[in-house]
Amino acid sequence: MSAMTTSERRNTATPPTGPSRKRNSLAKGKLPKWAVPAVAGGSIILGAAGSTLTGFNVATFAIYSAVIFLVAASVATTVVEGKRRGKNATWTYLIYASFILALIPLASVLYTVLEKGLPGMNMHFLFSSMNGITGAVDNQTVENGTPVLGGAYHALMGTLLITLWATVISVPVGMLTAIYLVEYGKNGPLARAITFFVDVMTGIPSIVAGLFAAAFFGLLLGPNSRMGIVAAVALSVLMIPTVVRSTEEMLKIVPNELREASYALGVRRWRTILKVVIPTAISGIASGVTLAIARVIGETAPILVTAGIASNINLNVFANWMSTLPTFIYYQIMTPTSPTNVDPSIQRAWAAALLLILMVMALNLAARLIAKLFAPKKGR
Amino acid sequence: MAKRIDVNDLNVYYSKFRAVEGVSINIEPKSVTAFIGPSGCGKSTFLRTLNRMHEVIPGGRVEGEVLLDGDNLYGPGVDPVTVRSQIGMVFQRPNPFPTMSIKDNVLAGVKLNGKKISKSDADALVEKSLRGANLWNEVKDRLDKPGSGLSGGQQQRLCIARTIAVKPDVILMDEPCSALDPISTLAIEDLINELKNDYTVVIVTHNMQQAARVSDRTAFFNIAGTGKPGKLIEFNDTATIFSNPEQKATEDYVSGRFG
Ligand SMILES: Nc1ncnc2c1ncn2[C@@H]1O[C@H](COP(=O)(O)OP(=O)(O)OP(=O)(O)O)[C@@H](O)[C@H]1O
Ligand SMILES: [Mg+2]
Repeated sequence: MSAMTTSERRNTATPPTGPSRKRNSLAKGKLPKWAVPAVAGGSIILGAAGSTLTGFNVATFAIYSAVIFLVAASVATTVVEGKRRGKNATWTYLIYASFILALIPLASVLYTVLEKGLPGMNMHFLFSSMNGITGAVDNQTVENGTPVLGGAYHALMGTLLITLWATVISVPVGMLTAIYLVEYGKNGPLARAITFFVDVMTGIPSIVAGLFAAAFFGLLLGPNSRMGIVAAVALSVLMIPTVVRSTEEMLKIVPNELREASYALGVRRWRTILKVVIPTAISGIASGVTLAIARVIGETAPILVTAGIASNINLNVFANWMSTLPTFIYYQIMTPTSPTNVDPSIQRAWAAALLLILMVMALNLAARLIAKLFAPKKGR
Repeated sequence: MAKRIDVNDLNVYYSKFRAVEGVSINIEPKSVTAFIGPSGCGKSTFLRTLNRMHEVIPGGRVEGEVLLDGDNLYGPGVDPVTVRSQIGMVFQRPNPFPTMSIKDNVLAGVKLNGKKISKSDADALVEKSLRGANLWNEVKDRLDKPGSGLSGGQQQRLCIARTIAVKPDVILMDEPCSALDPISTLAIEDLINELKNDYTVVIVTHNMQQAARVSDRTAFFNIAGTGKPGKLIEFNDTATIFSNPEQKATEDYVSGRFG
């Protein structure tokens, strides 16, 4: 009796071993590897067919294919692998789809700017200004089919100088504010007030910042107060809140233990901040500052009302009007140098746009590099 | 070097909350004093008042006096920075400066204060401090590598080296071994035994054996209940505290009957 029960139990408990293994009861069905590509291929064909029915065009083709793929792949996964896997597949493909959707504008901007900007991008464009380039010159160029004359050197220098000065103004102000907020103000009334006003500043429209700077210097210096430094002030009004915010966040994540370790060595608070807290946070601060620069470098309106527009090279931010790349683009497009032959102006505008985008990209790369470079060293 | 500490009727507050009440204690120079007691009874809080680190916490304040060789730390006109350079502190979690090399970590107290030091003096100080912390042999070949690349136990000894490099009179340690393995713990206990020759050492520990092994005198702190202030219950020679305490609470605690 007892012997029989044991053998019965053993029969049910141990799965049969050997070559004829039964299916693992833990496993569910799984789509073969080729299934998803196959569904994708099928969806593309069906999408193309559907799109042709209504008169082929790329947009409907892409949309039809995507929708068909989404439905087919989800249904296939649900049927073969079960409900939960099916849901997972649906959301995965939806997320991919939105990612691609978000990439489309970026890719198309890059493509357009490259396509239209590259023809005008050359040494002459980079190293000469618009000084002496009149409508007559452009007309000549078009008539004779010669290369377009005139460049954006003055605007490039204007952009560099004005953003440089804006950075010089806003980094100390922004960093000191953040240091006050995190290290000294704690949560006192002054700190709360500053935080509030920094938030308000974040929302100031750029043109208002420009008008403010123009009006402020107008009061100080009288009517002839358009120059690079005024534009730099306008830009720093836009930059300061960003710098404050990013620096603040970075200082906050410096562990308190490091401050205490420093205090316990008999180090004063300001030295602790200067030599322990800031070095620990510097990589984040530096990349925050770089991103803040990237944000204001493309501003147009505040530059127009503060630095005016110039066609000659002016490297002095403390006198006379100045152009930057955005204002250069704006003027080339809105008031082409030669109203009858606009092509040279348009070409210059796109080349300048390409230059600007390259600069912003370089800044973003620089931010990453800086973050890497300054990051606290790990390893043995 | 090595000064005595006398505390008279000290009350310690976090804003309105009184965390420690009426502590009076005399800590002899060139000795190791251990603070034991259940969690939350205010050992760390009290320890931090001994080098004015308590007031770094917003709302932290102190009543009473702490005398370092007769000079009141909390007297008017006393600069906490001076106090801290004479009374060093080692924390529970090793906290070397992540941006600095091992060498710079040891020199932190000098360099952060902007003092000029010649290269040869600096090298000598680094070696002396690291030897003093029993770390020299392990790191002498990689002094320029970051301090955060060391093991936890090595980091803690680096923090001790950093503390003794500023030549304090007293060294406070708040559970210096609680994040360490038994081997590193032993290394630090040996170190504490050596430090006793030159410094006054105060150590907070949850480990009774450790208190028994390293300390000359032991202070038992206790708390009546949550929200109540911690008090010093008994302070005596370590041997007495562990074998023949006067107070019932002390006996219960050291014999593991509560806490
Ligand atoms: N920053 C703080 N703000 C307010 N109260 C605090 C603060 N730090 C500690 N306390 C309180 O003070 C009391 C004593 O805390 P303390 O950290 O000194 O205890 P402890 O004896 O060191 O405990 P443990 O053994 O767990 O480290 C506790 O009630 C704690 O909640
Ligand atoms: Mg503690």
